[in-house]
Amino acid sequence: MTLEIVGISVLWMFLFGYVIIASVDFGAGFFNAYSAFTNKEHVLTNIIQRYLSPVWEITNVFLVFFFVGAIGFFPKTAFYYGTALLVPASIAIVLLAIRGSYYAFATYGARISHKGYIYMYGLAGLLIPAAWSTVLTISEGGFIYLENGAPVLDYWALFSSPLTWSIVVLALSAVLYISAVFLTWYARKAGDDRASDLLRKYSLIWSVPTIVTATGIIVELRAHNEEHFANLIGLWWVFALSALLFFGTVFLLWKRRNYGMAFILLVGQFFLAFSGYGVSHYPYLLYPYLTLYDGFTNEAMAIALIIAFLAGFALLLPSLYLVLRLFLFDKDYVQGKSDYHV
Amino acid sequence: MVNGDAVFYSRLLTELTLSFHIIYATIGVGVPLMIMIAQWVGIRKNDEHYILLARRWARGFVITVAVGVVTGTAIGLQLSLLWPNFMELAGNAIALPLFMETFAFFFEAIFLGIYLYTWDRFEDQRKHFLLLIPVAIGASFSAVFITMVNAFMSSPRGFDLVSGELVNINPVLAMFTPAMPTKVSHVVVTAYMTAAFVLAAIAAFRMLRGSDHIYHKKALFLTMKLGLIFAIATAIIGDFSGKYLAVYQPEKLAAAEWHFETEGDASLVLFGLLEGEEVRYGLELPYALSILAHGNPRSEVIGLNDFPADELPPLYIHYLFDLMVTIGMALTLLSLIYVAAKWRGWKFIESRWFRWLIVLGGPLSLVAIEMGWWFTEVGRQPWVLRGIMRTEEAATTSGQVDLMLILFAGLYLILGIGSIVVLTRMFRRNPVEQELADREAERGGGRA
Repeated sequence: MTLEIVGISVLWMFLFGYVIIASVDFGAGFFNAYSAFTNKEHVLTNIIQRYLSPVWEITNVFLVFFFVGAIGFFPKTAFYYGTALLVPASIAIVLLAIRGSYYAFATYGARISHKGYIYMYGLAGLLIPAAWSTVLTISEGGFIYLENGAPVLDYWALFSSPLTWSIVVLALSAVLYISAVFLTWYARKAGDDRASDLLRKYSLIWSVPTIVTATGIIVELRAHNEEHFANLIGLWWVFALSALLFFGTVFLLWKRRNYGMAFILLVGQFFLAFSGYGVSHYPYLLYPYLTLYDGFTNEAMAIALIIAFLAGFALLLPSLYLVLRLFLFDKDYVQGKSDYHV
Repeated sequence: MVNGDAVFYSRLLTELTLSFHIIYATIGVGVPLMIMIAQWVGIRKNDEHYILLARRWARGFVITVAVGVVTGTAIGLQLSLLWPNFMELAGNAIALPLFMETFAFFFEAIFLGIYLYTWDRFEDQRKHFLLLIPVAIGASFSAVFITMVNAFMSSPRGFDLVSGELVNINPVLAMFTPAMPTKVSHVVVTAYMTAAFVLAAIAAFRMLRGSDHIYHKKALFLTMKLGLIFAIATAIIGDFSGKYLAVYQPEKLAAAEWHFETEGDASLVLFGLLEGEEVRYGLELPYALSILAHGNPRSEVIGLNDFPADELPPLYIHYLFDLMVTIGMALTLLSLIYVAAKWRGWKFIESRWFRWLIVLGGPLSLVAIEMGWWFTEVGRQPWVLRGIMRTEEAATTSGQVDLMLILFAGLYLILGIGSIVVLTRMFRRNPVEQELADREAERGGGRA
């Protein structure tokens, strides 16, 4: 295994971590807003806040990890993506900033419960994954061209491409699906059957567009980037396995059984699909300008980063385990018998 | 390829983001240590007031952390969005501390979350105290690592430059640059100092507003003592920073002091106005610059005339430097007088005017932080990587930076107002007398 592959694998893990954790976060905001809209907030709000409050900062760190790691291992990505993405990434940062600080203000400080804020918070949570998912589209190539040696993003091509919109829809439905399945499980642990039943319904509803768009994108790639499509087909068994796990999750939810296992299967499903997609993208970081190999940092830095990564991980894994034990797997906390907030 | 507008707006936007971020970041580095000390004192003295102090500080701290986190994310991404050519080049050498900073931040985030949600959960207060150690360490170390990145920009090393490319890179050497020791220690210690004076200002303000509770007196004495310790440390490190500049970045020191001719017996000029090469209305301290630069009143200090004109920083940094130093000195004196008066039993420190001075100290220490950073950053111009890459070569070529500037200015306005409103509301609705009474009632109810 070369250092380049180690580097991209590390980044891929961060990105996957961000996708799962942020999905729960973004989806929870949306469900909270939706339940306020339909006057059912008493069912969901408590469950959602109890989960999110101690971890909201951690979610953000995964994102920072990913882009700092990307610049670290592949400094040339700063040149291409940094130059081209000024506007979409800035919009995503502003949304993230408003959403994150609002959450802290409302939860720890003012205890604002005005509905307008709740709707905005829910909506912002959907716009952020939509904004980030355009980066995936751009990496397919065809939207960035070079002008006097500097990369420029072609907005018209981007926004008129069906591929862009399919990826946006996939991102949104996947966010809502992942979040609903996790919260179904969390609500069940809290012994809150009403919340659990409502979220189970959401999970089943959002599973449909998730799998439909995911399949649709594979077909669309055929027209957009033939090389990538061929690679995807070569990995058909990964996607078949992922689909199998998907059906496992839906089956368990349908039967109202073993929600913990359902969530684990879901993580497995997304891990396989996500990795399959990533591997098929090899060796391009930005088709056709930038590959893994010509964008890679020097050897000394790569080794230093990998050592730092391992050391950091040895520190973080036990800490994360502590968080899970104290908040996710602690009966009294989950059931809201006491919140112990400062 | 250079786009003049983009360079100008990129500099403006970076300055705006950083100026806003460092207010919250400085508090974010300093306050966890203060919370930790308060909780420790509370446990040691078995004094409920200090524990409550820690708790109320922590509550306010969450709000500042939230803004610090989101603006930190903004500047993290803006480095690549606004300065893609810089990151492409420098990323090869400084990615390691940048990466480690996110680990420190992660470490802090995890334990802060746990600390905030485990109040009264452990029977033993000392267990809860232990959670604060990683929070304070994480906060301080993210400052250490990110300042290492900044130090690299002032004194890049740990590589060879071969036809515009960095080769033979040594990531560890790039972290430990000549600028690193003074810069890192100065940043960390001034953050502690600022946090102490900001918290002291809050306590003094509550007392001015008529709350005469012993809780505020304890808070004020504790923070003023800490403020004095860190102010003295700041002055010592500041002196080392001057000596660093004299050797490694003489053009910055010369610009800060309006020192034109290379000469011995150099005097230091405070404030004043510049007319050509003549300083008017300034306060001149003979030999002080030679002492600051080399620790010897006779030693020679390099002057501005020895540098090419296009490699000089703007001369207005003189005022930034002077303001920073003056505020630092004033705060040292203020806390020294307070602590001495406490010790000798002088009563004037309880007068209204003296308390107003302490209140003033809080915002002033934040002003000094801003002045110091502007001085550091503008003093490095025209370079983004001193001696290697000029700022205009580093900026993006995008034509939309001006729009982004407006977008972010709006964001910071909302965040700034929002955080102030939430913080004041939080503490006004639940004054300390109320909270102490509530806790008493709770405990009484428990016994009955």
